[in-house]
Amino acid sequence: MKADPRDVFTGTYYIDGDVAMAYGALAAGCKFLGGYPITPSTEAAEAFARIAPRAGARFIQMEDELGSIASVLGASWAGQKAMTITSGPSYSLMMENISLGAAMEIPFIIINIQRAGPSTGVPTCTGQADVMQSRWGGNGDYEIIALAPDSPQEGFEFAVKAFNLAERYRCPVMLMSDECVGHMTEKVVVPEASKIDIEPRRFYKGPADAYLPYKRDPDLVSPIVKAGDGYGIYITGLSHDEKGHPVLESGNSYDLEHARALNRKSTDQYLVDKIRKNRDKIIEIQEENTEDADVVVVSYGISSRVAYRAVEQARQEGYKVGTLRLITVWPFPEERIRELAGRVKGFVVPEINYGQIVFEVDRCAEGRANVVLVPHGGASVHQPEDIYAAIRQLLESKKRYENVFEFRTILERKVFGGGMLKNRS
Amino acid sequence: METINTIQEQKHPMDDLLRMDRIPHIWCPGCGIGNAVSAFAEALRKLEYDLDKVVVVSGIGCTGRVAGYIKTDSFHTTHGRAIAFATGIKLGNPDLKVIVISGDGDLVSIGGNHFVHAARRNIDLTVICVNNFIYAMTGGQVAPTTPIPAYTTTSPFGNFEAPANVPQLAEAAGAVYVARWTALHMRRLADSIVEAFNRPGFSVVEVISPCAMYYSRINKLGDGLDMMQFYYNNSIIRHGESTDNLNIDYQKEIIVGKFVDRERPAFSESLNEWLRKDQVE
Repeated sequence: MKADPRDVFTGTYYIDGDVAMAYGALAAGCKFLGGYPITPSTEAAEAFARIAPRAGARFIQMEDELGSIASVLGASWAGQKAMTITSGPSYSLMMENISLGAAMEIPFIIINIQRAGPSTGVPTCTGQADVMQSRWGGNGDYEIIALAPDSPQEGFEFAVKAFNLAERYRCPVMLMSDECVGHMTEKVVVPEASKIDIEPRRFYKGPADAYLPYKRDPDLVSPIVKAGDGYGIYITGLSHDEKGHPVLESGNSYDLEHARALNRKSTDQYLVDKIRKNRDKIIEIQEENTEDADVVVVSYGISSRVAYRAVEQARQEGYKVGTLRLITVWPFPEERIRELAGRVKGFVVPEINYGQIVFEVDRCAEGRANVVLVPHGGASVHQPEDIYAAIRQLLESKKRYENVFEFRTILERKVFGGGMLKNRS
Repeated sequence: METINTIQEQKHPMDDLLRMDRIPHIWCPGCGIGNAVSAFAEALRKLEYDLDKVVVVSGIGCTGRVAGYIKTDSFHTTHGRAIAFATGIKLGNPDLKVIVISGDGDLVSIGGNHFVHAARRNIDLTVICVNNFIYAMTGGQVAPTTPIPAYTTTSPFGNFEAPANVPQLAEAAGAVYVARWTALHMRRLADSIVEAFNRPGFSVVEVISPCAMYYSRINKLGDGLDMMQFYYNNSIIRHGESTDNLNIDYQKEIIVGKFVDRERPAFSESLNEWLRKDQVE
């Protein structure tokens, strides 16, 4: 299906990433934004509020973040593509209903323009420290999909992609941008509607009396209906069976046989399985020069853009360095990292936090390759020199690293001198 | 055998309104929530509204389970977020009639902010607040509505915090219709729900309901029926009473009736007006 021309504001713009993401969401057919202001995401909500009436979309500024995400779930059940835009501590406040959305299997997206630091941190400056929270933030087991754009143009494109994935897999999708991309002003091309592919909501088409809200197609995703269609759906955040009715037995409990006999098996396991078993279709990475690489730089979002500079320099000097950029941060491309770990010397992972995705890389490297973090506390991006230095260190290193903290940035050397390094290794 | 078959073939008047496949329900004997559900079902029957266009949203708690027994599209959401979730449904499809049924803890404590702001916006929702003075699902902890000096498991020496006055809160925040009944005022309660349902904007109906398990036992108030009768016998119908006077003291008289019935532009009207302006410009 192609985008509706009424939703697509075709043209070439000079706008920031926040605004580009609002354009992208509208182009994807988003008709509802329940928001609450937080720096540095406000420009996106403002742009949406300004343009929304022309696309027949609604914006409501809710009383708080708990309300804004709850309204998004409600609007999505009413049949609208819906999203919220947020950052920092607001994102934390949304976790209860992200978990509910995952459990109800209702499509929605969250645009998170990440900012620096824990708590209030540095509200106006960049960070990448919500990556693990995206995956593990809500209570209980479920899987989500997360995307990381590195430019305003990708902000537009990934917003469309995020909605398509949410509709395809009936799960929360996080558009994990950051302040740098959000506030970076660049050329953004919004194509014709006929050039934008849209995943339509997978509405149920069978007989009305045979509808079961959580009866799955072979790809483990179930068709959906909307409130008001006459199906009399009962949707709950309690663990539920195919009918949507609460069950006391969890998917793998000891009395599974009993549950099966009653046909009252919990569907909880599918919340993870539908993503894990479809991960080959979901995962998207961008690789360059990894065929003969000795060192691979694994990065995502704005950090990948900074890393290119360092990689370029190293390659000019004759070092065999490749890049692996995560377009989908979650699910994580475990198999690919494992493959590479068997034949490279090491991985350099620059991220604007004190270590999140680096642990995933390290886990998949399984001790077969060195992995180092190029840490950054946030508020600005990496110095390319740091990433370059990390590449050189890995290339020259003869020992097997014990952990991912073996590399120290220029700033760390200045601030901490030599002492910290000894403590760390 | 024939007699039994005949009985089975007979349809209960509420069969179309309740999910009979989920009966028996989870509520304790003597609980008043069943009465509230009956009154609500009775109101739906009287309204003769297209049930496909009615959506029931609940939060968490004993009353939060109501969504699971009403045979309309129904959503059992997170603790406190029922009104916000319902706001999204209403904006997503303004043709739907959205009813929120939840408890006092859910609506007034954890969901207090949504309650206040939905009333301020005057969004088209009807809220039925079943007030049993306690957090019952979790085992009887002190609630924002617990009267002084009632005992609960977390006020073991008696509650000393001033309880919330739900109708006053609703009125102050901007609700256009506010009523209160006890769980035994079945006919009046159903009538109030019908009125609230038909009123554009944010309407609130409070139902004083016994918790025969946690509130009753620790305070030695007898069984559910005793409590229901006590509330009923000690209620005074005073329509139009100032909401200032609606505090509920421990085991004292309870003023019931319709307290607020006024007109303010509903959210949908205001929104449409603004959208028209936008298009004119």
